[in-house]
Amino acid sequence: MQAALTSVVLVVIVLGALILAASGIWWFTPLASNWNEIDGALLLTLAVIGLAFVVLNIVLAYLVLRYRYREQSRAHFLPDNPKLEKILIGITALGIVILLAPGLLAYSRFISPPRDALTIEVLGEQWRWSYRYPGPDGKLGRANPKLISPKNPFGVDLTDPAALDDILSYTELHLPVGRPVVLHIRSKDVIHSFFIPSFRAKMDAVPGMVTHYWFIPTVMGRFQAVCAELCGIGHHRMQSPVLVERVEDFQQWLAKQPTVAATVKP
Amino acid sequence: MTNSPNGHRVPLTPARLGVWLFLAVATMIFAALLSAYIVRMGSSDWHSLPKPGLLWVNTAILLFSSAALQWATIAERQGAHRNAQIGFVAGAVLSALFLLGQIWAWVVLHKLGYFLNTNPSSSFFYLLTAVHGVHLLGGLIVAAWTVRTTERLQLFVIYWHFLTVVWVMLFGLIVLT
Amino acid sequence: MSEKTHREHGGFWSRYIFSQDHKVIAVQYTITALLIGLFGLVLSWLLRLQLGFPGSFQFVNPGSYYQMLTQHGMIMIVYLLTAILLGGFGNYLIPLMIGARDMAFPFLNMLSYWVYLLSVIVLMAAFLVPGGPTGAGWTLYPPLSALPNAAPGSGWGIKLMLVSLVIFIAAATMGGLNYVTTVLQCRTKGMTLMRMPLSVWGIFIASVMALFAFPALFVGGVMLLFDNLLGTSFFIPAVTLLGQQLPREGGNPLLFQHLFWYFGHPEVYIVILPAMGIASDLISTHSRKPIFGYNAMVIAMAAIAFIGFIVWAHHMFVSGMNPYFGFFFAVSTLIIAIPSAVKVYNWLLTLWRGNIRLNVPMLFGIGWISTFIIGGLTGLPLGNVIADVPLHDTYFVVGHFHLVMGVAALMAIFGGIYHWFPKVTGRMFHETLGKLHFWVTFVGAYAIFFPMFLMGILGVPRRYFDFNVLQYLPPQTSALNIAITVAALTVGAAQLIFLGNLIWSALKGKRAEANPWGATTLEWQTPTTPPPHDNWGAEIPTVYRWAYDYSVPGAERDFIPQNVPQASLDVHLRQPAAGEGVRSRREPGANLGGDKI
Repeated sequence: MQAALTSVVLVVIVLGALILAASGIWWFTPLASNWNEIDGALLLTLAVIGLAFVVLNIVLAYLVLRYRYREQSRAHFLPDNPKLEKILIGITALGIVILLAPGLLAYSRFISPPRDALTIEVLGEQWRWSYRYPGPDGKLGRANPKLISPKNPFGVDLTDPAALDDILSYTELHLPVGRPVVLHIRSKDVIHSFFIPSFRAKMDAVPGMVTHYWFIPTVMGRFQAVCAELCGIGHHRMQSPVLVERVEDFQQWLAKQPTVAATVKP
Repeated sequence: MTNSPNGHRVPLTPARLGVWLFLAVATMIFAALLSAYIVRMGSSDWHSLPKPGLLWVNTAILLFSSAALQWATIAERQGAHRNAQIGFVAGAVLSALFLLGQIWAWVVLHKLGYFLNTNPSSSFFYLLTAVHGVHLLGGLIVAAWTVRTTERLQLFVIYWHFLTVVWVMLFGLIVLT
Repeated sequence: MSEKTHREHGGFWSRYIFSQDHKVIAVQYTITALLIGLFGLVLSWLLRLQLGFPGSFQFVNPGSYYQMLTQHGMIMIVYLLTAILLGGFGNYLIPLMIGARDMAFPFLNMLSYWVYLLSVIVLMAAFLVPGGPTGAGWTLYPPLSALPNAAPGSGWGIKLMLVSLVIFIAAATMGGLNYVTTVLQCRTKGMTLMRMPLSVWGIFIASVMALFAFPALFVGGVMLLFDNLLGTSFFIPAVTLLGQQLPREGGNPLLFQHLFWYFGHPEVYIVILPAMGIASDLISTHSRKPIFGYNAMVIAMAAIAFIGFIVWAHHMFVSGMNPYFGFFFAVSTLIIAIPSAVKVYNWLLTLWRGNIRLNVPMLFGIGWISTFIIGGLTGLPLGNVIADVPLHDTYFVVGHFHLVMGVAALMAIFGGIYHWFPKVTGRMFHETLGKLHFWVTFVGAYAIFFPMFLMGILGVPRRYFDFNVLQYLPPQTSALNIAITVAALTVGAAQLIFLGNLIWSALKGKRAEANPWGATTLEWQTPTTPPPHDNWGAEIPTVYRWAYDYSVPGAERDFIPQNVPQASLDVHLRQPAAGEGVRSRREPGANLGGDKI
């Protein structure tokens, strides 16, 4: 009775989990970047662990039912079986290699941005994101956190000739579709994390250093960047719209944003 | 080999093993501090610290205290209890002197304008000397309370040699950077 | 020492309060940890009420939410799980299971408990000080934790938290020195290391890990305290907080993370290894079958402990550390899955062809296997560095660590408490209430945490006061959050049943036999139940066999206690003609009272 109940509950839990997952209500947001490799590695991992979850729990349910206590029966004295143990270790190791190999290949691409990528700086602070684009020279000017002031919120080094033409956006991140983008991520105060679920990428924004990641936006539309590292009482409100648009629209929008030179002038 | 409380042969007494395990813990603490020191040193805001000559004197005092205690254990083993007592007291006095000397070194640095938060190098100096000093002080207190047997005296001296070695390493790092 | 000399010391205070008896200290540790755990549980109710019914509870605002979140995490991981497994189970089981009269250093043992209690008091004091406890997350990442007004509780709260942790580390070190020394030095005659029950192995290895891991937290905590209290810049770079440039520069926030996780990841195994050991003993005893692959189980635990020290930076894949470290830590992390998987296989193979008694401890043993499977498996995507990028700091992580080191560890703890309750109190617990406790907890835990994996895949970040700003959530999410909250409150209520059962049964429960489960290990062979102060009365037991002689072919009963010599068995053979008589497992060397260490 007890054994049957336990087995049934285990099976019901497995089925319930599978049904909830298969309902697709909570699943990946549609991918909007080039990182189908990340989805691939993650889906492969989820498939393997999902299979292991189902098989192991069903085996558990079977064993509990099949070998339930009987007054007259006696357990089989079986202290070990080195051969069986080796086989199981071998299967597990193989599974690990299958998961790891494509994952590490994808990771090596994730950490190697292409040379022609558009560089954009992301600045986190309690509790918003702002952005700095390179001006016509295509280069971001140097920045130094010691120079941050109300007039110079990015702490841009004004003596750097590459700095004055940089373009600032305090609200939205606009991106041209189809062009590789590398984000240079900074923080003014505490640690934040710049996470765009639709692009599958995230990286912490750490004060005192610049962190990076890259991607190619592949789908036009409106997405969302959120903060994924606890950063104080406004953490859950720290977000920013991300707009992926045609190159011409992007250029038009960029031309309307203020430059560093215009911002620091009295 | 020695007898365990349950009468079978074990390589160490429980107290001896306990002390060695604690030395492993303390080693981890100082290793973590040293690796933090080395990582933080790489930052551009690091300025070298003036090294008061007093630190050399303190180091010598600590070495002498270790030597005195070692002498005490040897005397104890040879049954010369009087000499052992002299060695033990000399070691304790020298240790107290070392601690006072370390505090004096703090005063000297303070007068030179190197406060706890002046520079990471001064922050680390105060932190390292404080953590080391607390280990010394704790050792002295526990020793005053528990050292009643030859074995415990030996264990205390092992701990003391450990702290001397740690200090020499810390001091070397401070002098070199 | 005989029982008599112990009794002579006997006043109430020295016997029950300032006792140096490991069994009393174990109960003190367990009760304190359960009470603080109950407080942590209530905090989780408040968190879930906010998430299920946002804005309905005035006293939960973002500030207090993050404070409760932080305290819930720290309380559960350190002050409940670590304390109850090492201080509670470790203290009770080590001397009894290895045949010692007490710990190697009884006074230090008593001191360990009182220092632990002090750390709990300092922790709780943070709720009474201006500004309340820290809300910087249990990971205490600077600069958030270190700077004034960056997070709630940045005044007194964080200082008390760090001071409490330093005190706790002192207590854990005293305990750890004791447990390791006792296991190595105080085993009775015949109790070789490879005859020890797996509970002792798990606690022993975890204690060694604690001795090597806590120093990193100690150093990180003290340096963070300096940064917070004395204005140093160990971890603080140049920052502009709330529009103000602070006079700090050059510090490295990642340095703290390395120190924290150098402790923090081994900490996971400090919790899980004793739980593995306890679960192994529950599963073997109640299946009436030797644990499958004892040697492999011991080697797997040692391997997990060893590799556990070189995986810490998998918590930092997207922290901004050198990205090339990702390759190394992904590989080391996934390698650790192999010994973990071996353990799961061996538990299942222990059940195979067993004679499984589904009493309350065994139900929790089954619950342990199931929740450890899902909790452990969901660690794989988080360790596989590229898959961690989208999942990091989402609800996937919340589901993973709650199931593996929260629910699974608690399954072992509850199972262990029910299992040893008759020995500790001399009374049986209430069986039906115990089963109710199990079923609600087990099913409820899946209901709470499984949906979190799916939310994490969707990209819902963790540590959110509400989900209002997230535009990509499907409309059913609020219903799901209500369901999770209802499940959480129900599971919480079941824990009250558990506590009530403990208290009622300790006072009024049916008298227990000395060895109600028919177990082989030494703690069930004591002269009286509960055991006397010196555990064994006149003579300490001698050990003649390993801890898992269940259902040995030819033996009269389906278990042979560790202290039964071979000769006395051969007299009682059921089948005298069976040739070589009662054979235990293949043990190197003689089966009889070997005294090799």
